[in-house]
Amino acid sequence: MNQSRTSTDLQTVLRQEVEKSAGWRLFIQTVIARAYPRIIGQQREKSWMFFDIFLPIMAVSAYVFVYRAIQAPEDYVGFVIMGGAMTAFWMNVLWSMSSQLYWEKETGNLALYIMAPNSMMAILLGMALGGIVATTLRAGVIVVLGSLLFRVSYAVVSFPQLLAVFILAMVALYGMGMMFASVYLLLSREAWHISNLAQEPVYLLSGFYFPIKNFNFWVALGASVIPLTLGLDAMRQLAFKTGASLGFLSVNMELGILLGLSILFLLAARFLLRYMEKLAIREGRLTESRR
Amino acid sequence: MNFAIVTDNLGRVYKIRGGKKTEPRELVALQDVQLQVKQGELFGLLGPNGAGKTTLIKILTTLLAPTMGQATVAGYDVVRQAEKVRPRINMVSGGESSGYGLLTVRENLWMFAQFYGIPSAVANWRIRELLKIVGMSDRINTKSSDLSTGLRQKMNIVRGFLTDPEVLFLDEPTLGLDVGASRDVRLFIREWVNQDPRRTLLLTTHYMVEADELCDRVAIINQGRVLACDTPESLKNRLQKEVLFRMQVSPLDSTQADTFESLPGVRKVTHRAFDGYAVLELILEQDDALGSVVNLMTTQNIHILNLQKREPTLEDVFVDLVGRSMEEVEKSGYSEGNQ
Repeated sequence: MNQSRTSTDLQTVLRQEVEKSAGWRLFIQTVIARAYPRIIGQQREKSWMFFDIFLPIMAVSAYVFVYRAIQAPEDYVGFVIMGGAMTAFWMNVLWSMSSQLYWEKETGNLALYIMAPNSMMAILLGMALGGIVATTLRAGVIVVLGSLLFRVSYAVVSFPQLLAVFILAMVALYGMGMMFASVYLLLSREAWHISNLAQEPVYLLSGFYFPIKNFNFWVALGASVIPLTLGLDAMRQLAFKTGASLGFLSVNMELGILLGLSILFLLAARFLLRYMEKLAIREGRLTESRR
Repeated sequence: MNFAIVTDNLGRVYKIRGGKKTEPRELVALQDVQLQVKQGELFGLLGPNGAGKTTLIKILTTLLAPTMGQATVAGYDVVRQAEKVRPRINMVSGGESSGYGLLTVRENLWMFAQFYGIPSAVANWRIRELLKIVGMSDRINTKSSDLSTGLRQKMNIVRGFLTDPEVLFLDEPTLGLDVGASRDVRLFIREWVNQDPRRTLLLTTHYMVEADELCDRVAIINQGRVLACDTPESLKNRLQKEVLFRMQVSPLDSTQADTFESLPGVRKVTHRAFDGYAVLELILEQDDALGSVVNLMTTQNIHILNLQKREPTLEDVFVDLVGRSMEEVEKSGYSEGNQ
């Protein structure tokens, strides 16, 4: 080791008894630590400004021009901007939550997470929290830029309700991401293909660029399993003049369903994570993709 | 006596999935492993790539379930009491690329310290001190993606010691490190164990010198089985009644080298080819056998360039137990799959 260090220095650090927390303190420390790379690390990669803002704005613009060309109600432009912002969350859940444990397995981090005394739920929560914070910044920029660019006017009925819908939609969405992450624990390269396959259909089913009221009732109800569907629908009802006229269900009902989905997905994530971890340890698939 | 690690008939069989129509085949990675590692011991697992060392470490670190037998670490069963084992252990693998490239060295290490519940202030102090010890103070704020392989491995090693585990598993820790860095790491490992008798370290390596220089006891493992387990001295003493020679000779092929093994008094001959010459390692029952080897060489027009009588090494012990050198075993392609 470094020759300039005296043996006393070496012995001090080697002899130190290290105090370690457990229980809830460890859980919270883990959540914060795992959220850290998402919040801080991702901001260091400046390319996100192009990929996460410029490209979604381009996609949104196409729909705006179509709606304006066919003289659709002006609120549709706002719908599209809001949908475009929410795609950032879906992309984040799909690529940085669901398939994240697969990437962690490839880099060797997964083994270290499992081997550490922390709870894997804390790791997933940290990933989710970090993802929400980092993506909210991107989504916020899309909303602000899109609104300024296309002169969107908002008519917010209730800010607290809007905030409640957004928070519940995020909890349910990231809960679903945590549940998928558990399932992806056993996958190898097919994880990438599954994420690819799931990306576009959800854009359609969740009504990112149009109100889902246009669907048949049963299709819209089925699509409501994806938390963004009802989240977007309720937020549009609360933020624009057209209000409930273009909404699928009442805001309160959608809030109730989102609450139910949040609880369901979080519980399912917890159960599946334990089950899949045991299965992966038994089958030797925590560190290997091919067996 | 307190044992930090105990394995009892431990084994692991992998099921390798074939195509849709083919049945999965079984691969025995570990078989009937009986080990008792004492608390405070620096224990080495020595074997070629694919011998089962990593499988054993994965089982002991709760990452893989055994298919037979059982194991305890720090007094707890690795399967049924994994949650008791985990706060007491840590592991570092050679060549691992854990952490996040966008985070600095300090941030990566801090993150892993949090997963063990170490308060930030303590973690940051230990990170600074440990980085000083490994000579990386100037890299504390470097993004880990900008580190060289050697520096990255030093960072991984710091991660292992940062949480002050009771039992530390080092899987080929000096893989990819240059000679100087490997020596530094070995010195540090030895010092860490010496400082507290409650600390135990299990090290896997396929470097004979590393095992010989560092370990209190060594288990030699091949094809999933532990072939011998003792102190390096005792293992080498097994060969004291034999005579060992190293011969540098003019080029010859391995078939020619094999013919020497059929001579009376010759126990083992291993052959390594180099550019313009070959090296033969001879294990003879007695000095006299050398005469017949030299005679056969003369008839085959093989010239002796150098001849040296030497003390046995762990490499010789391995050759004696397995019948081939570790290099030959690795070249022969035996592998338990992707460990």
